[in-house]
Amino acid sequence: MLRTILTTTILATAIAGTAHAQSATEVLDTYADIAEASYADSLTGAEMLKDAVTALIAAPSANTLQAARAAWLEARVPYQQTEVFRFGNPIVDDWEGKVNAWPLDEGLIDYVEGAYAGPTDANQLAALNVIANPSFTLSGTTIDATEITPEFLESILHEADGIEANVATGYHAIEFLLWGQDLNGHGDGAGNRPWTDYAQGENCTHGNCDRRSEYLAAATDLLVSDLEWMVAQWTDGGAARATLTEDEEAGLLAMLTGMGSLSYGETAGERMRLGLMLNDPEEEHSCFADNTHNDHFYNGVGVQSVYLGSYTRTDGTTVSGPSLSDMVGKTEPALDFEMRARLAEAVLALGEIKTAAEAGFAYDEMLARGNAGGEALIMRGVDGLIAQTRSIERVVSVLGLGGIEIEGSDSLDNPSAVFQ
Amino acid sequence: MIPTVATRLLAASPSRSVAMKRNCHKLLPLIVILAVPGLVSAQQASETSWAGLKDVHLDVIPRTEDERARVAAVTARPKDFSGPWAFEQNAGGAQTVRARDTSDAFSQPASNLTFDQELDFKVGNGMFRRIWVSAPASTIASDGLGPLYNARSCQRCHLKDGRGHPPEGPEDSAVSMFLRVSIPAPDADAETIEKYIVGTHPIAAEPTYGTQLQDFSLPGLRPEYRLGVEYTETEITLSGNQVATLRTPDYTAADLGYGPLDAQAMLSPRVAPQMIGMGLLEAIPVQDILVWSDPEDADHDGISGRPQVVWSDVHDRPMLGRFGHKAGNPTVLEQTASAFAGDIGISNPIHTAGSGECTDAQTDCTAALHGGDAEQGGYEIGQTGLDLVTFYSRTLGVPARRTVDDAQVLRGRKVFFDAGCVSCHRPTYVTHRLEGDNPASFQLIWPYTDMLLHDMGPGLADNRPEGRANGQEWRTPPLWGIGMTETVSGHSYFLHDGRARSLLEAVLWHGGEAQGVRDAVVDMPPEDRDALIRYLESL
Repeated sequence: MLRTILTTTILATAIAGTAHAQSATEVLDTYADIAEASYADSLTGAEMLKDAVTALIAAPSANTLQAARAAWLEARVPYQQTEVFRFGNPIVDDWEGKVNAWPLDEGLIDYVEGAYAGPTDANQLAALNVIANPSFTLSGTTIDATEITPEFLESILHEADGIEANVATGYHAIEFLLWGQDLNGHGDGAGNRPWTDYAQGENCTHGNCDRRSEYLAAATDLLVSDLEWMVAQWTDGGAARATLTEDEEAGLLAMLTGMGSLSYGETAGERMRLGLMLNDPEEEHSCFADNTHNDHFYNGVGVQSVYLGSYTRTDGTTVSGPSLSDMVGKTEPALDFEMRARLAEAVLALGEIKTAAEAGFAYDEMLARGNAGGEALIMRGVDGLIAQTRSIERVVSVLGLGGIEIEGSDSLDNPSAVFQ
Repeated sequence: MIPTVATRLLAASPSRSVAMKRNCHKLLPLIVILAVPGLVSAQQASETSWAGLKDVHLDVIPRTEDERARVAAVTARPKDFSGPWAFEQNAGGAQTVRARDTSDAFSQPASNLTFDQELDFKVGNGMFRRIWVSAPASTIASDGLGPLYNARSCQRCHLKDGRGHPPEGPEDSAVSMFLRVSIPAPDADAETIEKYIVGTHPIAAEPTYGTQLQDFSLPGLRPEYRLGVEYTETEITLSGNQVATLRTPDYTAADLGYGPLDAQAMLSPRVAPQMIGMGLLEAIPVQDILVWSDPEDADHDGISGRPQVVWSDVHDRPMLGRFGHKAGNPTVLEQTASAFAGDIGISNPIHTAGSGECTDAQTDCTAALHGGDAEQGGYEIGQTGLDLVTFYSRTLGVPARRTVDDAQVLRGRKVFFDAGCVSCHRPTYVTHRLEGDNPASFQLIWPYTDMLLHDMGPGLADNRPEGRANGQEWRTPPLWGIGMTETVSGHSYFLHDGRARSLLEAVLWHGGEAQGVRDAVVDMPPEDRDALIRYLESL
């Protein structure tokens, strides 16, 4: 019962009195400021990635490829902290699939090896390899892919044929173009694409290096422009900020919905527990770069930042202000303490996964069936995220936001109002 | 993009310009449904005996008298058509989700899920999009594909959780559509059919191909067929000198991999239906559906409405059929389990064969390696995984209606009621009150279906009975969300085989019991017809 439904919904004005009406506005302002700053940092990271990609294409070498990979990893740090702005904010929800969709059928984009699904797959595009094919058939229509442009990726190739795994844009498409497939299964090592995949002339490996470069440049340009658009939504007068602040209760609920949904269903469920159920080395968020430990960790940090009303920017400065923590602490200091403790514990548990991964125990190795240590590490993260969601639910309740029902008050004067 | 047929023929002409390939099975015209006299009389005698059907799949809290009265009041036919009705835009009650203008509009978790339930939804979604692989594989939790299959994952047919579509042309695969198949069983009677349900049409699986044709197979095996479709176009003259064009499909089961089909084989084309709101449809009290049943048309309104009743393997008893184009499955769980087995070839606790839907005659198929593992209870997907996909399938939110207060929409709503569409497309129900935090509990919903079988005439007939449905009967499909089909699926193909290319064409295909209503739409002032379509687009 924790989501905003319809803009025309009449929200129960259950929020306790007017005592914290002013501070609710301030809390929402802090939240919007953090969103603006973290998307701006993400944009900066994407622009640096673009510079590194441009350098790679201009002068392909092991060094320039390595620099591009490093720039991608850095760009993910602020971006993963923005995922907490999904779920509660429609503008973010409708947009995020363009930049962070996963998992993807990488055979759509480029050459693949190993036991990869061939063209007998019901997704005929899973083995399309658009980099090698300047013309292909989509639903019986011939598509001209002579020029790989941002518009082509966004409008034609992305989710082609309505298949969600046909991910053509965003961080993970770029990740595949920089790392290539991780063919190591549950063993050591990430994707290991040779730099010569971008070499021009005779040194080019796997063919079509010019088109591969064109694809990488177009996907990176698109990421930059998508993030520019999102930053604008959170600046003063931006649509996301305006929507958030036009109704205080709905705004506070959006904050907590994002925290809870990212913690529980998205990270603990879809990205962590599912992988443990399936024991599949590909069932990780950044499967080419083996960066999944950071994806989860910075998700956790993002949730914490929203509650504490404080975000540490990539340049070390902080954006902070009146917070949910302040608001809860005023009336329910014990609950505020509990919430802060759960958030810290979850970040710590996710940090243990990160620590182990950085010491060489990659996330896809943790997922191997029968790997007790890996399973325990991941489950501690899952448990931490679930525990913090329980506290988030209590915060929703204490702030009087839990009584929101789309059918309004339970009035016997209106017979339709009783359902629910 | 739309396949066209060079010659335009009138509907009455049986001739086709389609060349028959050797080995192809001509699907139309099909065999007349076989009727066993003893069965028919038994059916007539017992049509009213369904009052004992129970919703044993739910933990129901019985309605109080007070609740009954309130439910009756809120679901009564409205008298005031001047403006939007209370909660009309919340088609799925408290499950209603914001109507996104993206292709993700049908893929949202119901709005009233708890965070726990949202986790089940998300993990279920992961299983729903999971690409199954052939056994043996290192990822034992996702092997067991096929050996024969229509798709490698749920999502490959249920694209964006929306409607499937017929092939767009010879270059396009039938990814979200397949053929069901069976043969008449004239010797069967109530004694020889195990768990016989009165009124069930006696049919049997096609001896070689089973009950469904699969167009993909694992390496080394032959697929069963390739779906071929050609269309013949017919012009329909409407009032106001308007003309609509209907396309009549002609299906072929080409490239048959296991020899010719039985001479009496009956085939039924099916596109994947939209996925939204199914847990709500499952929670409509069975007696609230049966109350509209009128098998002998006792009220002489030309509309019968017969319940599909099927045997539930899970509950080991007859239950109201609710899901599938002929309502062949009683619950979302059983629908999900049969789709896993029939469409992907994944064994599960309800359909246990590792070889999926292959028959004993397909020996290379039955001999292929299975993917069953102890971790999944010996099946290719265990109870946990099946339950997660079922939960996901139950809780996809119905988008809110748009433009409920638009004048043309309101006019169209009046036309919809006055013309008689609501005789079958019943707007409102209140779901059971349910134990626990079931998100389907006690919601006022607007699905626009009576969940019953109706004779839709020879034009739409597949001439293949299923359960108690004869070859001309189909279950009324829910209309919620249909106006978002283009947004979600990028097409506007409707009906069981996607032959209608627009909502208007779908209306014009209605025959049989709906012939009178369809004729009224043909004859009504064009402004009313436009308003009707505009109303449907707002659903």
